[in-house]
Amino acid sequence: MDYSKPLDAALFPEDCPRCSLTRFMMWLGALSLLLLFGLYAAVRVLGWGLGETGMDDYFGFGLWITFDLAVIALGAGAFFTGLLRYILNIDELKNIVNLAAVIGFLCYTGAMLILVLDIGQPIRCWFGYWYANVHSMLTEVIFCITCYCIVLIIEYVPLVLENRQLAKSRFVSALAHNFHLIMPLFAGIGAFLSTFHQGSLGGMYGVLFGRPYAFRDGFFIWPWTFFLFILSAISSGPMFTVLVCTLMEKMSGRRLVTWDVKQLMGKIGGVMLVIYTVFKLLDTWAWATGILPRVGMTFDQMFHGMIYGKWLMAAELLFIVVPAVCLLMPSLRRNPAVFYTMLILTCVSVTLNRYLQTVQTLAVPVMPFDSWYTYAPNWAEWGACILVFAYAAIVLSLSYRYLPMFPQEASLNKDR
Amino acid sequence: MSEIMDFRIRWGMVIDLDKCTGCGACMVACQAENNIAPQVDASNKLRSLNWLVVYRLSNGRAFPDHEVAYLPRPCMQCGKPSCVSVCPVIATDKREEGGIVSQIPPRCIGCRYCMASCPYHARYFNWYDPKWPGDLGRALTPDVSTRPRGVVEKCTFCHHRWQKAKDEAIANGRDPWDLPDGAYVTSCAEACPNGAITFGDLKNPKHKVHELSQSPYAFRLLERLGTDPQVYYLSRREWVRRKGDNYLEDEPTAGTRRG
Repeated sequence: MDYSKPLDAALFPEDCPRCSLTRFMMWLGALSLLLLFGLYAAVRVLGWGLGETGMDDYFGFGLWITFDLAVIALGAGAFFTGLLRYILNIDELKNIVNLAAVIGFLCYTGAMLILVLDIGQPIRCWFGYWYANVHSMLTEVIFCITCYCIVLIIEYVPLVLENRQLAKSRFVSALAHNFHLIMPLFAGIGAFLSTFHQGSLGGMYGVLFGRPYAFRDGFFIWPWTFFLFILSAISSGPMFTVLVCTLMEKMSGRRLVTWDVKQLMGKIGGVMLVIYTVFKLLDTWAWATGILPRVGMTFDQMFHGMIYGKWLMAAELLFIVVPAVCLLMPSLRRNPAVFYTMLILTCVSVTLNRYLQTVQTLAVPVMPFDSWYTYAPNWAEWGACILVFAYAAIVLSLSYRYLPMFPQEASLNKDR
Repeated sequence: MSEIMDFRIRWGMVIDLDKCTGCGACMVACQAENNIAPQVDASNKLRSLNWLVVYRLSNGRAFPDHEVAYLPRPCMQCGKPSCVSVCPVIATDKREEGGIVSQIPPRCIGCRYCMASCPYHARYFNWYDPKWPGDLGRALTPDVSTRPRGVVEKCTFCHHRWQKAKDEAIANGRDPWDLPDGAYVTSCAEACPNGAITFGDLKNPKHKVHELSQSPYAFRLLERLGTDPQVYYLSRREWVRRKGDNYLEDEPTAGTRRG
């Protein structure tokens, strides 16, 4: 036994040192405190009902749906990177695809966890399959998200099987190998499922013909929020993966992925972002000048005061236009400060978009004699989000410590 | 998106806003009839369960030109309901003769997508378990099921009263699909002291609502959205009618529209 190494060193990936077990346990302990707080919030909601939240009859959707939509969009790096790596054979992406899959797995399982809390009758969650309404976008979302969650588990399992000790077993090793062989199939299934539910999440809002802020029709296949949600997800997903990777590098003090791979991810996300930006600007123009006047409303009526002000939409648009320009210009993209700032801005914009589609849609009074009301999530809603964050951080920490997530890590840190 | 659904019978309501004083008797009658539990604290109106809510409308002018009107808002039982097509589990539907949008509490999973879709805020969520303190439980209407926490509910045009009216017609040898005017009325219409709420079959010329709904002073809420409501309002005051929908500054108030 080598006492200079951590107690659990035998479980680490080959040539990848990790911090001491004590330090790691302290980190897990801190995360567990957050987890316990989140669990308390979850127990309160499940035990006492949704009255424990800050939602009401005007704001039936709130922080949780915003959170779900945001993490599902940001978790899109999993399916999109998988598609590019396994179907389009962009080989460099093998260096980050594992992380993308783990992030996707965490985002989707986290979203499912929140959804269990968010529906009033969690015990009836299977009704979505049994009494499916084929006309509802939400049905499509339920089907695809649950199916895609299974795909993500299938994508995560081989990584677990590659743990140094587990892989010593011939059976496990063979199993992991076979999983890898069929991975292109699951990457394809994942891309199909994920594209559709990302789109359906957008469609969920676009079909709301009683809600002028969200409704989109009148052009080719509608609601075109279907396509906007897909585009925004595949723009921000790869960027979020790079950001998480960089955060892990900062926290661990080790290089995990080369700058070139990050640049490639940023460039891919940037190209998608340009397409998204063009369509998003067209969408905003068509909505403001076509859909709103048709129902007798104006652009100004969609906003109110500070909390529901126009600055939110301005920020949303600005935070995609600027990154779209910067990420496509090699000189700017190669500057790390600009690069990471643009990735952050894009992720903020997409999150803001999901917030506006959810909360602003509900806040705008449609009946002329109705009023603006405000919504503020309470501790239980934040608590559930913290629960998911803590869960994701714990699983990601364990994965980083014990699983070979980064093929380049050993070679990039040889000199250290 | 669903298309406008039509039926041989189209149960509807005509509410004369010039007669409504905002007394709230309709709300109370609705609560009692439909087993809506009393709340310990109903100060948060965005959490108070009322299938029918009376809104206060103002013409926005200063005294002495200031005028108000009161607008009772039940479920509009839309011809093209925004809520039905979005429900993932078909817990709400519009396929029964009469055109009443149904709500099936044991089917509802409580996702609240229907609430998000309804521009009239006609749908309500059971944030907590309903409680009837003391002997209040004995006063429950036996024909209306109570709802647990975690499900959405809404006005059903007192659907159980229609069932009763049909049963009565059959027992008396009459055609249950051709009920006379007044054989089936909602509890709110029955309770209104001023007779502001009239209920009946909008398509049946023998029913008063048929004629009332064609008045030049009739309008429906948010018609421009295309929801085709089965609830009509009446007012001789132009500003009240204008409050029924959204208009751009230069647009004239719409006249009577028929679904």
